[in-house]
Amino acid sequence: MSRAALLVLADGRFPAGGHAHSGGAEAAVKGGLITGSDGLEAFCRGRLHTAGLVSAALAAAAALGVDPVALDAAADARTPSLALRVASRKLGRQLMRAARATWPSRELDVVAREFPKGAHQPVVLGVAARVAGLGADDAAYCSAYESVSGPASAVVRLLSLDPFDATGVLARLAPEVDRVVGAAVEAAGEVVVGGVDALPAASAPLLEIGAEAHAAWPVRLFAS
Amino acid sequence: MHLGHDHSHGWPSAVSADAHRPDGTRRALRIGLGGPVGSGKTATVAALCRALRDELSLAVVTNDIYTREDAEFLLREAVLPPERITAVETGACPHTAIRDDISANLEAVEDLEDEVGPLALILVESGGDNLTATFSKGLVDAQIFVIDVAGGDDIPRKGGPGVTTADLLVVNKTDLAPYVGSDLARMAADAKTQRAELPVVFQSLRSEAGVAEVAAWVREKLAAWTA
Amino acid sequence: MTTAGVRATARIAARLDGRGTTALPVLESDGPLALRRTRGRGDEARVMLVGAMSGPLGGDRFAVEAEVGAGARLHLGSAAATIALPGQSKGEARYDVRIDVAAGGELRWLPEQLISAQGSDLCVSTRVDLAAGARLVFREEQVLGRAGEDPGRLSSRLTVRLDGRTLLDQEVACGPGAPGGWDGPAVLGGHRALGQLVVVRPEFGERAPEPRVLGESAALTPLVGPAVLVTALAPDALRLRRVLDEALAALDG
Repeated sequence: MSRAALLVLADGRFPAGGHAHSGGAEAAVKGGLITGSDGLEAFCRGRLHTAGLVSAALAAAAALGVDPVALDAAADARTPSLALRVASRKLGRQLMRAARATWPSRELDVVAREFPKGAHQPVVLGVAARVAGLGADDAAYCSAYESVSGPASAVVRLLSLDPFDATGVLARLAPEVDRVVGAAVEAAGEVVVGGVDALPAASAPLLEIGAEAHAAWPVRLFAS
Repeated sequence: MHLGHDHSHGWPSAVSADAHRPDGTRRALRIGLGGPVGSGKTATVAALCRALRDELSLAVVTNDIYTREDAEFLLREAVLPPERITAVETGACPHTAIRDDISANLEAVEDLEDEVGPLALILVESGGDNLTATFSKGLVDAQIFVIDVAGGDDIPRKGGPGVTTADLLVVNKTDLAPYVGSDLARMAADAKTQRAELPVVFQSLRSEAGVAEVAAWVREKLAAWTA
Repeated sequence: MTTAGVRATARIAARLDGRGTTALPVLESDGPLALRRTRGRGDEARVMLVGAMSGPLGGDRFAVEAEVGAGARLHLGSAAATIALPGQSKGEARYDVRIDVAAGGELRWLPEQLISAQGSDLCVSTRVDLAAGARLVFREEQVLGRAGEDPGRLSSRLTVRLDGRTLLDQEVACGPGAPGGWDGPAVLGGHRALGQLVVVRPEFGERAPEPRVLGESAALTPLVGPAVLVTALAPDALRLRRVLDEALAALDG
């Protein structure tokens, strides 16, 4: 299998719905918590080590062939915000569509049928990576990077932030993305042996609270 | 889970440009309506719903810049029951949602067919965007581009993918032409140059004819789709 | 591995007795963890956890185990906040809480705050196992540093299972050495008090409360199962408690 499949899956233009989600950045911008690139960096760093770590571990475990149904339930337990569960399943369903069109496979069809309204996005991402011939670390990299690139591009639109500054934030976070991926892949290996309880459960209270507030706004630019 | 199951029946379809639903029936015709902000897309959708709702089963998907505003206009106007109107959120990029990444819109049209179907027609309205925004062929079967006389009578001459390639070009608010100094004959000639044989409709929703010509075009498309 | 820290495990078992009230056949204090039965309301048994000395300190291993039998009702409170302090022995302190509630049993677990003092290093692990039909009100509050003080290192994982299925699994880590961004705009955003309230009731299976925002920085959200979680952040312990009390009163009302 081709390593370049990783570039296809990780490409921000991969048509899987991510462009309509801010990863909590819209709520943080409105709350005055992100006003420039420093705030964006602090936001992304926190998201990476919490939601990003959990997502990356779920994706890595799915890429290793762990039962998607068990992983999906574990994602539910680690996503107490209803608004975030809804967003994750919506994105999972959109990613499933894109992945099935890109890498047709029985394995994806089976998960699509099990979750007609969408499995959690990181679980679908891991299965997609698997059928694309990629490994657990590739899946974890996609997921961890998405956890920061999504908010960064949303903040470029929300604050008219200089896109070079936003890209600089992502570059500065790269060593931490490496570490989070390492931890995620290690946890995924433990899941294979000991079950989904070995998944990390790092939580970010402001993301959870902000997501519920955002979902109740009558007018917003992003779906989450 | 049934790994040995035959692929062609009962599985959700992967690619939605397929003309058939998972159960083998023909899906609804999907018509996109795009065009610049304020050109009258939502008003045209509302008028089409009123003109067609008694003769066929239809639903609407809106793509708002700000969430749900167009959907809420349609709800207030009560042109369709609320369960037949769905809003897609576009993350400040409505053209992305109808062209580059159509996944959310595909989910919306499929959910409408599942939940209120069977449907003959789904109108997909784009958020007000620029002249370059067009619908992906993976999302709609035909598209209408709506401009208006108040936006400047040089828009047809300037062209752009919407004006040039849309299956139907609607020049709206013709009643305003005298007030904004727009030359309808010039707009028609420019449109003809840009579009060759592709049709153009000049309409005023405030006139007696209203949306009738566009509705007739939709009926034609529908007849061809179901033939 | 040896540590100079204190090891202590307190145990509680609550059972429905023949008269329809709750008895406490097990009420074992241990070292710094002292348990006292106090007057309860109605048919519930009420237990107060009394910190006989400050702690936990570095290297300490504290545990509390509570078991509520079928039909029994237990309310647990504590006399004062627990303060995690730096100890003479190196290494983290641990505080493990294990809770089991049988079908038809009810536990209201409402202790005072945990305060992470500067220089401390504490790892809290709470595991709640509920049988189908059990009822739970569980509150935990963490305060980062005493007044005007930087916090110590604190990590706290809360896992709630219902009928063998995990309802909630959450870990918060903060203070020096915690993963980056913990005090930033995605995680705590400078708040110094954080709390969670988990309420599990069989009737939520029929109709769970709708998600709602509670004030500035708190929200109630239904979990996947007959349960809700309130997550709250506040500048201080007092304001945190007010938010959680109001949320609980609204659910009880």
